[in-house]
Amino acid sequence: MKSNRELFESLLAGEHRALARVISKIENRSPGYRDLVSELYAHTGEADVIGITGSPGAGKSTLVDKLAETYREPGETVGVIAIDPSSPFTGGAVLGDRIRMASTVGDMDVFVRSMSARGTLGGLSTATADAVKAMDAFGKDKIIIETVGAGQNEIDIVRTADTVAVLVPPGSGDDIQTLKAGILEIADVFVVNKADRDGTDRTVQELRDMILLDSGDGYSSGGGNHHSQEVIDAHDDWEPGDNEDRATGWTTPIVETVATRSEGVEELLAEFESHREYLVDSDERAAQVRQRYAEEIRTLLREDVHAMLEAELEAAGGIDDLAESVRRGETDPYSIAGDLLEPVENCVGELRVDEE
Amino acid sequence: MSAGSDQQSVRCMVAKVGLDGHDRGAHVIARAFRDAGFEVIYSGLHKGPDEIVQAAVQEDVDVLGISILSGAHDTLVPKIMDGLEEYGAKEDTLVLVGGVIPEEDRQPLKDEGVSAIFGPGTSIEETIEFVRENTPER
Repeated sequence: MKSNRELFESLLAGEHRALARVISKIENRSPGYRDLVSELYAHTGEADVIGITGSPGAGKSTLVDKLAETYREPGETVGVIAIDPSSPFTGGAVLGDRIRMASTVGDMDVFVRSMSARGTLGGLSTATADAVKAMDAFGKDKIIIETVGAGQNEIDIVRTADTVAVLVPPGSGDDIQTLKAGILEIADVFVVNKADRDGTDRTVQELRDMILLDSGDGYSSGGGNHHSQEVIDAHDDWEPGDNEDRATGWTTPIVETVATRSEGVEELLAEFESHREYLVDSDERAAQVRQRYAEEIRTLLREDVHAMLEAELEAAGGIDDLAESVRRGETDPYSIAGDLLEPVENCVGELRVDEE
Repeated sequence: MSAGSDQQSVRCMVAKVGLDGHDRGAHVIARAFRDAGFEVIYSGLHKGPDEIVQAAVQEDVDVLGISILSGAHDTLVPKIMDGLEEYGAKEDTLVLVGGVIPEEDRQPLKDEGVSAIFGPGTSIEETIEFVRENTPER
């Protein structure tokens, strides 16, 4: 068994086993994993990180497989993080994305890692961000994060990426409406996969309409859609010649692909590339990265405080006894929370006074 | 790392290797492992030994369960074990073989480094119990 120091050295030296082990430590929150990750930071920043999300069966894994294959042709190395849901009851999971990643089998320079939620609040997005750092430090040129776009948790995860592609299968019809909330804002590129099927043209048209409509809503509601202002600006470009000064924004493109036959993959990669250039040229990358780190810091603090409070709970006799006292009508959850937090608040208050 | 930590989860890979299309057993095991709270990576059918090794190393699994019903265990399993050794993963991976393995072939497989062989009629509980008790400390 290697020490963290040895693991770190081996990872930088390009040992696959070490990378695998470091990601396990990150997932397990093993002792010392934080120091390990903070050391990794000095060696990161080189990789392009791409997020792929979409409903189950949209063809994410197949597309990721083809993307990895195409990246490999000029010799770029690829890391893939495939995220599957786990059972909230047993914690068990079947991670099946690997089955569909067959094109690059036998090629160790495509490093595929399956991860699942392990039940901590926001924990998976932290673990994903850390795993991305590990792959980046290892020297992967491209890192792809694949996840089912089902809820807030998944949206947080794909935000770890520089460029996010949202997959929409043809014939989604009203489904596109349901995608609107949340998904529209995070998409840098829309991919209509399985584009050889009926309904592709209609789906593309609906997406285009939705993007247009959304930009209209954005203006009339006076920016109620606050965090996608940039996206809204970008959509203005759908009207050629209108508002020339806004032409620097990003136009969310729609790419048609047939992942099983690798059709449209080159076009998709070209869009990823132009989005990357846009991020760099517009300085949005800096803002994006800043926001990402702010989120990471908050999550870490939340986790730490959470752990501290769990310890406090244990000291107060455990959650079960407290819950039982509420059940018997002796007290209420608000009073308990207040009582438990009071000493902590006092401590923090005293510390601040000391500093002054 | 103690197995008692709440963030720790047993990671298993259930693998079908070679020209053997019978995966009902592998599916049943994968599901049972999931329900036992393990994280299960299923390889899919008709995988070569090198593919199994690649997946096992990258996923950093604690347990590798190989299902073979074709009779080719005496060629395929050693190839997998050699591959694991190449990546330094042989020592701390618990390798199990499930399927139809004749009595006289069992000792040679164990000599290769296989920890246990589960033939037809093994109860699922027995397998899960074995995994829980024998998962290597890391």
